Amino acid sequence: MKCDIILSGVGGQGILSIAAVIGEAIRGEGLEIKQAEVHGMSQRGGDVQTNLRISSTKIDSDLIPLGGADVIISLEPMEALRYIPFLKSGGWIVTSSKPFVNIPNYPDEVVIAKELEKMPHLLSLDVEQIAKDAGAARAANIVLLGAASNILELNQKELEEGIRRIFERKGEKVVEMNINAFRVGAESVKEQLKK
Amino acid sequence: MNLEEKLLLLGDEAIALGAIHAGISGVYAYPGTPSTEITEYIQHSKEATSVYSDWCVNEKTAMEAALGMSYIGKRALVCMKHVGMNVAADAFMNSAISGINGGVVVLAADDPSMHSSQNEQDSRFYGKFALIPMLEPSSQQEAYDMMSYAFDLSESLRTPILLRITTRMAHSRAVVRLAAVRPQNEMKPTDDPRRWVLLPMTARRRYNEVIEQQPKLVQLSEETSFNHYHEGGDRSLGIIASGIAWNYLNENYPDGLPYSAVKISQYPLPKQMLSRLMQECERVLVLEDGQPFIEEQLRGVLDDKNIDGRLNGKLPRVGELNPDNVKLALGLKIAQVFEKSEVIVPRPPAMCAGCGHRDVYIALNKVIKEYDNAKVFSDIGCYTLGALPPFNAIDTCIDMGASITMAKGAADGGHHPAIAVIGDSTFTHSGMTGLLDAVNSKSKMTLILSDNLTTAMTGGQDSAGTNRFEAICEGLGVEPNHVRVVIPLPKNMEEIEAILREEIDYNGVSVIIPRRECIQTVKRPKKQ
Repeated sequence: MKCDIILSGVGGQGILSIAAVIGEAIRGEGLEIKQAEVHGMSQRGGDVQTNLRISSTKIDSDLIPLGGADVIISLEPMEALRYIPFLKSGGWIVTSSKPFVNIPNYPDEVVIAKELEKMPHLLSLDVEQIAKDAGAARAANIVLLGAASNILELNQKELEEGIRRIFERKGEKVVEMNINAFRVGAESVKEQLKK
Repeated sequence: MNLEEKLLLLGDEAIALGAIHAGISGVYAYPGTPSTEITEYIQHSKEATSVYSDWCVNEKTAMEAALGMSYIGKRALVCMKHVGMNVAADAFMNSAISGINGGVVVLAADDPSMHSSQNEQDSRFYGKFALIPMLEPSSQQEAYDMMSYAFDLSESLRTPILLRITTRMAHSRAVVRLAAVRPQNEMKPTDDPRRWVLLPMTARRRYNEVIEQQPKLVQLSEETSFNHYHEGGDRSLGIIASGIAWNYLNENYPDGLPYSAVKISQYPLPKQMLSRLMQECERVLVLEDGQPFIEEQLRGVLDDKNIDGRLNGKLPRVGELNPDNVKLALGLKIAQVFEKSEVIVPRPPAMCAGCGHRDVYIALNKVIKEYDNAKVFSDIGCYTLGALPPFNAIDTCIDMGASITMAKGAADGGHHPAIAVIGDSTFTHSGMTGLLDAVNSKSKMTLILSDNLTTAMTGGQDSAGTNRFEAICEGLGVEPNHVRVVIPLPKNMEEIEAILREEIDYNGVSVIIPRRECIQTVKRPKKQ
């Protein structure tokens, strides 16, 4: 088993908690993991990404090479596009469709969407709206993870266990909200997957 | 092995835990990306409740306090980002002459590609400069294991050890297997008290001893398990890879490395290992994250033409290594499938919405328009982002504290208005001494000490002077009626602007302290 994931977004959006859930979900399975994060200045609203590598054999580089990622999971559509040189042929993009506009020259939203649609394997969803509708407004990132779980080589039950262990100390209500967000996210892209 | 003995740790956290398990009694540091998480981990670790871990005012005080801890026989870790080494350099260089008693490890976190820094200086030059052993881990596991090794080595050689990492090691997680915990040292006075008094006569004796120790350090590098010689069948190329460059090399050969190679994780360089590689292989490629430290030594002034690396364009001269630029240097093909999208634009970081620094710059920008040619000398911190649109508010940012001293220099030369903008933590780090200079020479300058009650850029660590800035400025000799405090909020704009005008026009040193808590720390639960 080998899975290279790029998680991307804007500093402060919460990509690291997606990585934390995945890391927790595979804990104890004897898998190797490397997770290169961005800390520091970029976290102030700049573009941020995490390279998450999971493998049943030894992982050398902390960074994923160009053309090496199995999936890009992004909380922001332009930030998903930023990393397509790292995607392998047959690789997936799972992204929030809603732009996060904090720069004056943000490109036309429609142009970004069209550019994304050129990619052969895309799941695009409005995670914030879906989270809100599901009564889990603060769990938009977990909605995204739910959507991505359809194509990740990771067991959905184990991801839910990962969510449980990560959010346990915040109480059962928070755990339930996040597990619900995960399931709603997973369900929300079933139609797109049939295409 | 049960789960508890393996942890998923950042490189920084592996170093922290390694140091705790190596029996440190103190960690001394000033926050700086990418080193901050080491000290934070120790501060929050339940295993380290008896380890001293308060933040220091700057890297020099940190280094010196560690020497004090060492003097009484206990182990101390000092952590800083690469540019912090410049601040600590006086204490660091001389600690190599005095030597140590309890083990001392200096951790320097370099930032090639300048993700969060103003240069990409390579701390290995400092280790060579000081003539001490250096370690450079290639994995989080090695980083953890190296800490107990480094402290033992430090005590057996009686010298400080420099442990050098780069951003990717600091901020990448991997599973680390834990080793046994060593208790802290008991108090034990030095048996060689003279070495601590660096009068010329002692310093000469000690410097000779340091020089005499050098062949032994090279021998240790030949023998250590952190360095090794990999034998490959193909002799057309030999490779030297240090630290994490070793990983990028192996990433490109999933079925095994066909060439002979030397992995370097301990310095000074193992001469025999390298000369064997040079003899056995037709060409040698040097892979190192940072400046061409090994490559330059290997080439020598005669510029050996059989060596490839950053200095002959085989690898980029600047910026960090990655699996792809290493791949190209090895003559392999990049696997990229999708072209870069034409529609994306850069997304630079910015000051947060609601941040007090924003209000400071809005007021300042308005007022200085009323003057011809006002210059704003600024400093290192979140407020450096005031250089970017929409503010375009600052003219300089060089090093910690330079805002005040540069404004003073400009004022001394006759420039007006000369305005300095510095944050609270940077002010105590390296600004106070410069303010005393300005007071002593009655420079006509205005200092804006933008106080957000924390060290914000690195994630909200305690700031050394909180609640004492008026007292500090007055203590340094600023006239009390020219130390003005304001609250940077949109509703106070008129008042702030008026005070700015008054103090800019004052013929002497004035300090304006806009004070409002960082918008990030205000959201956090308060400390008990």
